[in-house]
Amino acid sequence: MHRHRLSVRLWHWLNAGTFLVMFMSGLMIFNAHPRLYWGEYGANPDPAWLEIGASDGQGLTRVGALTIETTGLLGLSEHRGTMRERAFPDWATLPSYYSLAVARRWHLTFAWLFAGGIAFYLLWTLLNGHLRRDLWPRRAEITPRAIWSDIVAHARLRLPRGAEAARYHILQKLAYLSVTLLAIPGMVLTGLAMSPAMTAAWPWLLDLFGGRQSARSLHFIIAWGLVGFIVVHLVMVLLAGPLNGIRAMITGRFRLPKERHP
Amino acid sequence: MITRRHMLLAGLAAPALLTGCDRLGQAPSFRDLVLERGEAVTRRVQRWIVGDALAREYTEADLSPDFRTNGSTSAEWNRDWVRGLESGWRDWALELGGLVDRPRRFTLAELQALPQRRQITRHDCVEGWSAIGGWEGPQLSTLLNAVGLRPEARFIVFHCADQLGGLTPSQYYESIDLREAFHPQTILAHRMNDAPLPVGHGAPLRLRVERQLGYKQAKFLMRIEAVSALDGIGKGRGGYWEDAGWYEWYAGI
Repeated sequence: MHRHRLSVRLWHWLNAGTFLVMFMSGLMIFNAHPRLYWGEYGANPDPAWLEIGASDGQGLTRVGALTIETTGLLGLSEHRGTMRERAFPDWATLPSYYSLAVARRWHLTFAWLFAGGIAFYLLWTLLNGHLRRDLWPRRAEITPRAIWSDIVAHARLRLPRGAEAARYHILQKLAYLSVTLLAIPGMVLTGLAMSPAMTAAWPWLLDLFGGRQSARSLHFIIAWGLVGFIVVHLVMVLLAGPLNGIRAMITGRFRLPKERHP
Repeated sequence: MITRRHMLLAGLAAPALLTGCDRLGQAPSFRDLVLERGEAVTRRVQRWIVGDALAREYTEADLSPDFRTNGSTSAEWNRDWVRGLESGWRDWALELGGLVDRPRRFTLAELQALPQRRQITRHDCVEGWSAIGGWEGPQLSTLLNAVGLRPEARFIVFHCADQLGGLTPSQYYESIDLREAFHPQTILAHRMNDAPLPVGHGAPLRLRVERQLGYKQAKFLMRIEAVSALDGIGKGRGGYWEDAGWYEWYAGI
């Protein structure tokens, strides 16, 4: 059967590559000032709610009042055989060496694909009815009971088979809707809210997120939220049959999984 | 299923991919065709959207309790600047020249006698931090009108007393175009938070160009020059950090 439309397939793979570039170059940009604040201002003398650093040969990550040692991964990590102070390690950043300027070039160029992609996708899926028909929850689906039963089904790893596998279930719908309507637009807007030129043009960006430093914190949090989504998404693809799923996302053709036999 | 072989392949592929991206980011063709072009689009779109809009101005209550310094915090190697510092800036003057009709020097007292603008704004560093401070000084447009720009002038260059760059230091400088130079919030600040501009923040005079990032806010100003092109100055990219590390000349984001 036919499952994914061309617009969904194109956007999916464009987004997969773009997100990887955005995330890794974003970690490099974070490394230039590995502290996060709430409000309009925030710099070294001000209290940070998150801080990644190193002291006395230990990598340390502090969230609020909680400090954990993260030597080898965060704060202090190996680079070509020697330990070096670096918030995120070189294998996680783009470029892998320290360059705020090069990371910004990657980040701000690929931001066009990321922002353009979501705008194109949302417009297209609104116009062709994909959003309303396939993704928008029906009233019967958003009862606590229905949501709970889907949670239980997922927890037991009893994924739908047969014709049921062809449609989106409520947890899937909520996940895809929160990513496409909230998280990705949120990434774009919090990104713009860090720009001195864009906040001059659109000061409501500052009011929306509670200031430039709050926007920077939210940008970081939502980025990790998207990573969490991708991890769960990949696990679900593996559980549901990776070859069939990946083929469907490339060619659009999906083979219905056989019904379970009692 | 994921086998050990897949894990091994992924383990080998990831560093290769990373090295590939590093190489790509350094390849002149990719830089010119993709990343430079991306920057040009970003610059044009931002400038089109921002127009003449003013950066947000804050109140006394919003000030950062402690506005950190960064970059050079002194220019002690520069004799003219030191002489100025030791004289309480009586032996210091800002030179204004280049493509202007009436080149001249402004003493600090002369700058203070011009109409002043006071603004409390947010300073956004390219690294990610922000601090809110109050700045006071004449608008750059007042000075440019006083000396009369020639029609061929397209950029205003700010030559500073400080140097950066470790063993092979070079002179700090910055540049903006006329649209930014004549923006009402573009001022030459000699006061910060109701006190004379501290040395760490670029005494006696620094540029405030509020709709761009921190590295554009040149400190320790000595000379302002109107030019038709940026080619002959430094490495020709329009500023110290633009020359040193591929930072964007238009620092709007």
